[in-house]
Amino acid sequence: MLDIVDLHAGTAATAGAPGTNGAGMTEILTGINLHIKAGEVHAIMGPNGSGKSTLAQVLAGRDTYEVTAGSVTYKGQDLLALSPEDRARNGLFLSFQYPVVIPGVNNIYLLQASVNAIRKHRQQEPLDAVDFLVLVREKIAEVQLDESFLHRPVNEGFSGGEKKRNEILQMLLLEPSLAVLDETDSGLDIDALKVIAEGVNRYRRADRALLLITHYQRLLNYVEPDRVHVLMDGRIVKSGGPELARELEAGGYAPIQEALAAAR
Amino acid sequence: MSDELKTIESITSQEYKYGFVTDIEQETIPPGLDEDVVRLISAKKSEPDWLLEWRLKAFRHWTKLQAAGAEPTWAKVKYPPIDYQKIVYYAAPKSMPALSSLDEVDPKLLETYAKLGIPLEEQKQLAGVAVDAVFDSVSVATTFKETLAEAGVIFCPFSEAVQKYPELVRKYLGSVVPYTDNFFAALNSAVFSDGSFVYLPKGVRSPMELSTYFRINAANTGQFERTLIIAEEGAYVSYLEGCTAPMRDENQLHAAVVELIVLDDAEIKYSTVQNWYPGDKNGVGGIYNFVTKRGACRGDRSKISWTQVETGSAITWKYPSCILQGDDSIGEFYSVALTNNYQQADTGTKMIHLGKRTRSTIISKGISAGKGQNTYRGQVKIMPGAQGARNYSQCDSLLIGDQCSAHTFPYIDVRNASAQMEHEASTSRIGEDQIFYCRQRGISTEDAVSMIVNGFCKDVFRQLPMEFAVEATKLLEVSLEGSVG
Ligand SMILES: Nc1ncnc2c1ncn2[C@@H]1O[C@H](COP(=O)(O)OP(=O)(O)OP(=O)(O)O)[C@@H](O)[C@H]1O
Ligand SMILES: [Mg+2]
Repeated sequence: MLDIVDLHAGTAATAGAPGTNGAGMTEILTGINLHIKAGEVHAIMGPNGSGKSTLAQVLAGRDTYEVTAGSVTYKGQDLLALSPEDRARNGLFLSFQYPVVIPGVNNIYLLQASVNAIRKHRQQEPLDAVDFLVLVREKIAEVQLDESFLHRPVNEGFSGGEKKRNEILQMLLLEPSLAVLDETDSGLDIDALKVIAEGVNRYRRADRALLLITHYQRLLNYVEPDRVHVLMDGRIVKSGGPELARELEAGGYAPIQEALAAAR
Repeated sequence: MSDELKTIESITSQEYKYGFVTDIEQETIPPGLDEDVVRLISAKKSEPDWLLEWRLKAFRHWTKLQAAGAEPTWAKVKYPPIDYQKIVYYAAPKSMPALSSLDEVDPKLLETYAKLGIPLEEQKQLAGVAVDAVFDSVSVATTFKETLAEAGVIFCPFSEAVQKYPELVRKYLGSVVPYTDNFFAALNSAVFSDGSFVYLPKGVRSPMELSTYFRINAANTGQFERTLIIAEEGAYVSYLEGCTAPMRDENQLHAAVVELIVLDDAEIKYSTVQNWYPGDKNGVGGIYNFVTKRGACRGDRSKISWTQVETGSAITWKYPSCILQGDDSIGEFYSVALTNNYQQADTGTKMIHLGKRTRSTIISKGISAGKGQNTYRGQVKIMPGAQGARNYSQCDSLLIGDQCSAHTFPYIDVRNASAQMEHEASTSRIGEDQIFYCRQRGISTEDAVSMIVNGFCKDVFRQLPMEFAVEATKLLEVSLEGSVG
């Protein structure tokens, strides 16, 4: 499904900033290798500022970041050559760590526009307002959000947890094949975490893959990952099975950092 | 600059779609303005002496203003000085005389309307809208007259009203916007060519929405419309005005005057969609739109509601206003003004509260793209007698790209301590993060921009009659649409 090989990416540097390379870039991702097969769940953990969100945004095509080396193959095609909307239409979904507020645009309007944009790409008829309402009512119940959220401007005044539920609602509506969830479990109360986890499990299928970016073991108790990766300084420094997440939860990142330092 | 910003720029730098010139023989007089021209215009229309006198007084006043250099300069707009002697003050399609039906209208003219997507013939069947089409300076087609006549509504070209209802015209003309009001109102009063006249007798609700499509076509012909709408006690009318103009290099001056008079319990809803030629990408050409629109709520519980969607013209200078004289009268102003490329708009409203418990609402949405300049200028005046008056004002600006600008000048003058005033203002930019969020959901940049712009305008669009709302939405899309890279 997804093959990331030696991916380097960064932003145009502020002059003289540390880590600036010859091309005037600040590198954030310094050589990522990651392979996800259909049906698998991978988790990425790592300290603040290690590059997790940057990886997610680069996969989604944000042009703030420039890819300086490496390749990303998604369903057999060169992902980096596609525009962000074409990536989305081809089934790549990103649940944003910080969902964006769009004043004046009602949530239901954005949802319908995006469902129909993706249906169009799949050569399906667009859903009219009535059919869409039926669909969205079913899905919004699954994430236990009140229907009033459909008629409020996108993310405006939504609480942190409500924003995350709204992201999962979008995932359920769009039925992507690869979903990247960037800290969708952060800032949730215990019940909300369960709702999100159930949503994620409902999404799982043999032909769909998941990349969970998280700081906590909690979500992984509900959604068992096949692989867990530790991202530090823009690289994956350790990978393992579900037990790795439990080790990190207990001991933090210090043991890994020490081991890395000793190896140098 | 990021790709998204670049795309937004290419979207917003699209060229005007409605540029073309209709080749119809015109009867024109040579350029220039003096008393003889004023007399000639009046004579062409076989006007009564009192009207000629009024025009001449206006002309003399305007001449004084011009000599004193009193052309207004306070608006935040820039343009080279206008040579008023180079303007042609009268033009009429030659095949003009009394037409009883559309069939008699020059087919070329009908073609022009068809190109604009507003075929008169279809308009007739569509939505039951009566259309009084003003082609250049003279009205050439009036439809639905019978239905309206049955209901007691008078809706006709202004020049016809002068002949048929001189006492009404004489009583109300200049009573809301006197010729001394401002430079452009004085000019209009001297040389106005034609326009629309609407009269609703006591208790009459118009059975349909009234609509006029204006068009400027003859080269170098200033267009000076005069519109007068009177709603007697308990009457109601919704009036729509929409326009586009052909591609031209020279700037064309347009100085219209609209006067509304509303008596006890009556209401006028006046909606405008304005899409005149804005000039090209480099700011060459385009219409100068200097308009004076004002309504007087003379009666108790009377109401005037202005709604405007201004996407065209090189320069827009326009402040539809309400004088709230009657107790409990209501004034409303809903506006979307879009400036793109080098367009300049200085628009807003005046709400003058005189009567007790008078209420006014101002919702202004300014959108600037390209190098566009958008200014909201509004005045709310609460006079000493306006016990318990209320005003709510909301002025929002939306910026697209980083080369445009928005300005807000709210003037508030409260002379009665019981007044309740509320003012809200905001400025936002269509952010790269918003566009990216939409694109991640499969929506193209173009669709995302239009979705956000429409969302921004919806409080105003909601006020428009249905067909107009659809047209306005399309207009904004066209004005912002382009080749997406
Ligand atoms: N647009 C940008 N411009 C400059 N620096 C950036 C930009 N985006 C990210 N960075 C920097 O890159 C590093 C990685 O950021 P990123 O958001 O990917 O971290 P993260 O692993 O998601 O952290 P967190 O756990 O706090 O969400 C940080 O040091 C951040 O400041
Ligand atoms: Mg992050």
